[in-house]
Amino acid sequence: MVKLILKRLLVSVFILLAVSVVVFAATLLLPGDPARAILGQQATEERLAALRTEMHLDRSPVERYLLWLGGLFVGNFGTSTTTGGPVAGLLSERIGASLILMLCAAAIAVPVGVAIGIYSALHRGTRRDQAVTWSTLTLAALPEFVIGIVLVTLFATSVFRVLPAVTMSPPGQQVWEIPSQLILPTLTLALVVIPYIIRMMRATMAEVMDSGFVEMARLKGVPERQVILRHAFPHAIGPVAQVIAIQLAWLAGGVVVVEYLFRYPGLGQALIDAVAFRDVQVVQAVSIIIAAVYVLVNLVADVVGILANPKLRSAS
Amino acid sequence: MSGVTAERGWRPQRDAALSMRGLRVAARGGAEILHGVDLTLTRGEILGLVGESGSGKTTAGLACLGHFRSGLAHTAGSVRLEPRPASSEADDGGEGLELMGLPTDRLRRLRGSCVAYIPQDPALSLNPVLRVGEQIREVLDTHGYGESTGDRDARVEEVLADVGLPSTAEYRRKWPHQLSGGQQQRIGIAMAFAMFPDVLILDEPTTGLDVSTQSHVLDTIRSMTRQHDVASLYITHDLAVVAELADRIAVMLRGELVEEGTVQQVLQAPEHPYTRRLLDAVPDLAGRKVLTATGQLPAARPSGSDADGGKATGGATAPSETGPREPEPGREAPLLEVKHLRKSYGRTPVLQDVGFSLRTGESTMVLGESGSGKTTLSRCVAGLIEDYEGSIALNGKELAASTRKRSNDERQEIQYIFQSPFSSLNPRRSIGQSLSVPLEMSGKLPARERRGVVEDALDSVRLGRSFHDRRPGDLSGGERQRAAIARALVNAPSVLICDEITSALDVSVQASIIDLLNRLRSERGLALLFVTHNITLARHVADRIVVLNQGVIVDSGPVDDVLENPTHDYTRELLSNVPTL
Repeated sequence: MVKLILKRLLVSVFILLAVSVVVFAATLLLPGDPARAILGQQATEERLAALRTEMHLDRSPVERYLLWLGGLFVGNFGTSTTTGGPVAGLLSERIGASLILMLCAAAIAVPVGVAIGIYSALHRGTRRDQAVTWSTLTLAALPEFVIGIVLVTLFATSVFRVLPAVTMSPPGQQVWEIPSQLILPTLTLALVVIPYIIRMMRATMAEVMDSGFVEMARLKGVPERQVILRHAFPHAIGPVAQVIAIQLAWLAGGVVVVEYLFRYPGLGQALIDAVAFRDVQVVQAVSIIIAAVYVLVNLVADVVGILANPKLRSAS
Repeated sequence: MSGVTAERGWRPQRDAALSMRGLRVAARGGAEILHGVDLTLTRGEILGLVGESGSGKTTAGLACLGHFRSGLAHTAGSVRLEPRPASSEADDGGEGLELMGLPTDRLRRLRGSCVAYIPQDPALSLNPVLRVGEQIREVLDTHGYGESTGDRDARVEEVLADVGLPSTAEYRRKWPHQLSGGQQQRIGIAMAFAMFPDVLILDEPTTGLDVSTQSHVLDTIRSMTRQHDVASLYITHDLAVVAELADRIAVMLRGELVEEGTVQQVLQAPEHPYTRRLLDAVPDLAGRKVLTATGQLPAARPSGSDADGGKATGGATAPSETGPREPEPGREAPLLEVKHLRKSYGRTPVLQDVGFSLRTGESTMVLGESGSGKTTLSRCVAGLIEDYEGSIALNGKELAASTRKRSNDERQEIQYIFQSPFSSLNPRRSIGQSLSVPLEMSGKLPARERRGVVEDALDSVRLGRSFHDRRPGDLSGGERQRAAIARALVNAPSVLICDEITSALDVSVQASIIDLLNRLRSERGLALLFVTHNITLARHVADRIVVLNQGVIVDSGPVDDVLENPTHDYTRELLSNVPTL
């Protein structure tokens, strides 16, 4: 099993390296001169040349890639062209804010999605199941900003005015110090992700409930609750973990729109600003971070899949 | 019907453990599955319930546990459990307990403790994520066996030893996938016996097992049933299995019991024509009868006299009447010749220096248990496995290893029929479409002439042209296998490889397929490579036999020679494990 996980880990590292090449190559193709962007149109040729040397812009692309990659390993993401300061310092707070949002959304979406999915599978074909199916389909069909706007209308502006519609982030204060402003963005993200988890959970669970070993467990006299939790659920974990992983990974990128909607000072906002100001180093850093989240979450899902399957667990 | 039971099944009432009276079960759509079934299960006795797939025998068996599969509902009749005087669940005194309409919770407490079930496929019914010891323990935990966890652990060890498995802690911690099919089925048996049940329902527990494994499992079931004085219902489609095991036999046809009696009565003097037809379908090692399908002509030949000792009398009999025998041997060059074939998966050798030859019109049985390499061998011959060593020659010309490198003609000469007709036909295509694929590939016929060839092929497998536009979903297992055979025939091959083509089918359907193959052989001069684990078919289909054990040919020669004078211990063991009527 350890061997299998190590192998999987190695694959993840390769994927990240490949992503870093693509990200670097893509940003290289962007027009514009970072040195001029930082110093402005009035800068002298000498100062530009000096800054280019400092930012290694005079080296060959391969050298620049290696230098940049080396920097990533020690937490040096380069220099922001808009602020002139290190990218890492600029992003560290943003990463924390986004991470909080993601974790809150996941903490709600995963248990709720799994529970409703099981409930729906156990009541297959009944009205309750149909109600669940219709609502998940409707939710899945709505784009995240529509869900966000509806929530804002309901809870912040027109109907009730109980929650803040946008995020306040006075300097020096972290977003989570005012918890009420996390509620709406979290809810929006959770509502986007939940339908997929429900549908996958329902499908796998329904299949498992029809299997021979579930019938056998019932014929052994095992109580229904135990049939579901001990016999059926472990089989559904593997496939559902994959879908949850894809959804969580989507959150990493999906926060962009939602953060913009709620003016939430997270990674997404940082990415939008960076693209607007052609801040290449920040775009690179954010892309790599989002890619790392994708790879990491999928790695976790695969490990869960391995742990849930004795055939893989007992291999070697 | 109730008359039949009343006459034959009468016993002192105190011995009855479960009685089913006038049980009717219907599908939710309205069609009735069981039309009033009466069964009595008696302590210490095994009742064999015999019928073809779709006859409702599993539905009747599950009703004994108060369970109906989804879509089925109980409409009338009763199933009454007559518990032992000492049984703790029996709170109705000597009155018995009506299972129909019993609250779910009380039913649940009876299942696994008073009435236990052993399912058909242990690979599907053991939970792959639970250790085997835990799965046995669960029955004891659920029903509160003993005083302490120590008692329950001790019982797990005891029952494992009873079914002949190691009872070590290490073994109990194994996962189901680490056990062989036979061991898995014994775990199922151990689970069923853990709570000392009164009634045991066995739903084809040995279907899918090899003959020798089957024989061990049957021994275990027999001794456990006698030892614990359990009333058992053994559900099967194979009369030969129950003939050795059961005390009484009940025959089921389309949801009705048509005959019930002691084993001797049913096997030697069957009253109902359907029972006679079922008997005629059972292959016989002596090979003296013509296998007849139940669905076709009424069985003309009485089968009674060869009931006992088919093996022993086999020596005296003439060659099989079933297959056309080619008079020649020797001079004619072999059609197919396999020499020094070797193949291994990773470091595990699967075939070691295998060689045999096949002449035109000849049928060779490749006999072996699962894991013997018989499927690998047939796939090598068909060119589906590319990296074997050795040579395979057709008409004296060596074939390339892969079908892709073989010429069109060479590919057409050798055709393959797969084990399961349920997965070998594309459910989205009509039979006609599936059958014309080989013709499209060969590209010899213009498109408009293909339909005629396909229809001829359908005729020759006795399906008829009307099947051209039907889809596999509308067909029974036997009809599908005929369609698969027809697909192999459209390009007029000279060698047919039949890979366990009857093992997914009922005995009676198997008989009709064997009959069909023999007719095709005589009509078309086809050579057959009949791959199977079922030695009883030998005299019905084959002229020669090749016995494969762990990738090595241990015995080969004309069928009569091998069956009468087996040279290898393995062949002798196979022969001794054959269940006979």
